[in-house]
Amino acid sequence: MTQAARPQSEAELAEIVAGSNGPLRIAGGGTRRSGGAGAALTTRGLSGVTLHEPGALTLVARAGTPLAEVERVLASEGQRLAFEPMDHRGLLGTKGAPTIGGAVAANVSGPRRVVVGAARDFLLGVRFVDGQGRILKNGGRVMKNVTGYDLVKLMAGSWGTLGVITEVSLKVLPAPEVTGTLLIEGLSDADAVRAMAAALGSPFEVTGAAHLPGDAPLTLLRIEGMEASVAYRAEALCGVLSEFGVSRVETDPEAGAALWRAVRDVEAFHGRDGHVWRLSVKPSEAPELVARLGAEAVIYDWGGGLVWALAAPGVDVRAAMAGTKGHATLIRGEGPPMFHPEPAPIARISEGLRAAFDPRGVFNPGLMG
Amino acid sequence: MEMPAPNPQIIAQKARIVKRLRAALPEGAVIDAEAEVRAYECDALTAYSCPPLAVVLPGTTEDVAKALRICHEAGVPVVPRGAGTSLAGGALPTADSVILGVARMSQVLETDYDNRFIRVQTGRTNLSVTGAVEEAGFFYAPDPSSQLACAIAGNIAMNSGGAHCLKYGVTTNNLLGVTMVTMEGEVIEIGGAHMDAAGLDLLGLICGSEGQLGVVTEATLRILPKPEGARPVLVGFDSNEVAGQCVSDIIKAGLLPVAIEFMDRPCIRATEAFAKAGYPDCEALLIIEVEGSDAEIDAQLARIVEIAERHDPVEIRESGSAEESAKIWLGRKSAFGAMGQINDYMCLDGTIPVSALPHVLRRIGEMSKDYGLDVGNVFHAGDGNMHPLILFDANKPGDLEKCEAFGADILRLCVEVGGCLTGEHGVGIEKRDLMGHQYAPEDLEIQMAVKDVFDPGWLLNPAKVFPLAATGARREAAV
Ligand SMILES: Cc1cc2nc3c(=O)[nH]c(=O)nc-3n(C[C@H](O)[C@H](O)[C@H](O)COP(=O)(O)OP(=O)(O)OC[C@H]3O[C@@H](n4cnc5c(N)ncnc54)[C@H](O)[C@@H]3O)c2cc1C
Repeated sequence: MTQAARPQSEAELAEIVAGSNGPLRIAGGGTRRSGGAGAALTTRGLSGVTLHEPGALTLVARAGTPLAEVERVLASEGQRLAFEPMDHRGLLGTKGAPTIGGAVAANVSGPRRVVVGAARDFLLGVRFVDGQGRILKNGGRVMKNVTGYDLVKLMAGSWGTLGVITEVSLKVLPAPEVTGTLLIEGLSDADAVRAMAAALGSPFEVTGAAHLPGDAPLTLLRIEGMEASVAYRAEALCGVLSEFGVSRVETDPEAGAALWRAVRDVEAFHGRDGHVWRLSVKPSEAPELVARLGAEAVIYDWGGGLVWALAAPGVDVRAAMAGTKGHATLIRGEGPPMFHPEPAPIARISEGLRAAFDPRGVFNPGLMG
Repeated sequence: MEMPAPNPQIIAQKARIVKRLRAALPEGAVIDAEAEVRAYECDALTAYSCPPLAVVLPGTTEDVAKALRICHEAGVPVVPRGAGTSLAGGALPTADSVILGVARMSQVLETDYDNRFIRVQTGRTNLSVTGAVEEAGFFYAPDPSSQLACAIAGNIAMNSGGAHCLKYGVTTNNLLGVTMVTMEGEVIEIGGAHMDAAGLDLLGLICGSEGQLGVVTEATLRILPKPEGARPVLVGFDSNEVAGQCVSDIIKAGLLPVAIEFMDRPCIRATEAFAKAGYPDCEALLIIEVEGSDAEIDAQLARIVEIAERHDPVEIRESGSAEESAKIWLGRKSAFGAMGQINDYMCLDGTIPVSALPHVLRRIGEMSKDYGLDVGNVFHAGDGNMHPLILFDANKPGDLEKCEAFGADILRLCVEVGGCLTGEHGVGIEKRDLMGHQYAPEDLEIQMAVKDVFDPGWLLNPAKVFPLAATGARREAAV
């Protein structure tokens, strides 16, 4: 494979795109899935946090900035990316350093998404290069902005098919003083989803609700905040969940972080063969869907709204979803298209948008349709 | 604010168009009598008005689709309308347009507490969405001050915010799905009870598109469990600068209040005269509200007070009860009304980085002297969304124009310091011609190209959002 083009500035990147006469495979750190064919183009040369204003909860960074660097800068002021982007390396067996641009382009979000929102909800502005090599911007660096169409949301989760993101502005949040995790053992999938619904429907601000089925099923519920507050809410939640029996509350910071990292990065599937699917469904429908899925293993996040499934390549996960609203993304594996086929009118609109942003079809062709 | 000249051919065909609409829709859904269409001649930007050709008020998504198919075939522009409370002229018709109002579509279609969502027809008012789930201990978070009147339809179109969005986000962060009818009359479903899009995030694109991409008829909204309680603290300061610094310090300290509201002296004075909330006579005041159990609230307020005390406040008033909370909020909630007592006003909506607050307030004060028009500032300080209220006299010739010029200067200033033209009210016609200050021509071109995809004929709310000069060719090609 030839060396990836690695522009050092936005202008240089725009020139490369304008001058390209074939498909381009866009990558940040190369740790997540990308387009198949085409000349590689990486944003890693565009690196650096250009603004962090803790008092305004905002951060601006060039797209190729390593996620770890962004997190370090934020942590130095007691802040963090609240959408908790997952690290795909363990699951996909990829190397390299994930970038902030890649996390945004793939709308990568973790367990906290169920309450605070996804990467797209924290993205305030973008600069990007479109398929004709034009440098464009949308949104800005302020938290409230309805000036014109919200292309910021559209760019988040467009997986490099609409443009190459060169800079992102993000809303950031304070990191909590302490975290507590309530653990419930031995629940069936259906009971676990009920328990998670009860917790998420309580006023006690649960910021993570996951269930790991298997021989020793474990349900996890996270609370974060000031110390006294977490203690109070943990106790209150034990009351709400008395029917299910909370076995203990993990308050050790390291152990708690490890539990949630395992959920976020789907560690249960690391090193195991098979296709990895990510299903977004209505939480209460998840257990029945899982029962007919034919998967080897699953984990539930987002109170059941997100199901990770490990399945043999022959298993048609999307067929099993017939009649259930939602969608399934193929995160690891070859064969079926990565993205869930869309109904015709939606597919037509998406096709039209791709043609408007990238009329020559150079960006990650075929990746999204 | 200029509007495009109406197309005389469409006006000439009025009778035929109305007849077709009547034939397709239930009795009473089509209004064309001159006296009756007048009720739809403007929204809350009342300085501009124009009766539409006709008004259609369907009761179902299918009827919306029928009406749109007819208008599409006849080449008639359509202006979608919710409750008509837009402050930006978003729902302003032209003489050759049909108003398509969803006000009669106000049903709750589904409530689901286990999965925490509600599905409604979009004509339902914002407050009555919370009303429908309140008894079960839930609420719908985005709370524009107009929430008693405004409809979910307009909230989605404008991506409306509210006082509590520092914690809960704006409409787009609380919207899970929509049913939308395209200008061609095709019904599409986007999103639903599950999260995130299967492919491109069309939901995020539609929210905030000001009625230019489709008519939204149903919405799935996220509902949240009500907090155990909430209480504010009021802090008065000697200067805007210090108040601004205090906001920044509270946020930096890792506290996340649900609301941080800011009022400056002109606004405090007007409010005191009107509502007698007993506010201190000072340069600036903050109302900071936190949520949780009683003990959690006490703990958070104690920290906020500790930070505020470092800034030599002239007064700190911590609420200890529901009555005291109401008293603290009274002035803030009557601020617009109070300013309205003094004179006509125009309410701006630019957002700035919080750090630019002192500079921007100082410049607004200077410009106020130059223009000879008074201005009061009341706004959501936590997120930098400003609402300068410029006072003018609508009956005095030239005053409106002067006020608009002043407003445009303030908005340009917002952009200059790194902010934007509108934080929650939308562009509509009001800020349409200022868009060039925030965006380069190609940034606007790509947005217009998005509209081309959804509405190639440029029939849906065509004269809004983009500078008229920039859309001319597209609108004329449609005729
Ligand atoms: C006193 C007052 C206080 C306000 N306070 C706030 C505030 O705190 N925060 C805030 O954000 N706003 C505020 N607003 C502005 C206004 O209330 C919001 O913009 C609101 O969302 C408009 O809703 P509506 O139903 O009245 O929409 P309308 O005024 O009817 O229409 C607004 C826009 O939405 C489009 N539209 C309407 N229905 C549809 C549909 N079905 N499909 C597609 N497009 C549609 C229209 O074409 C138009 O462009 C305030 C207004 C007033 C008068």
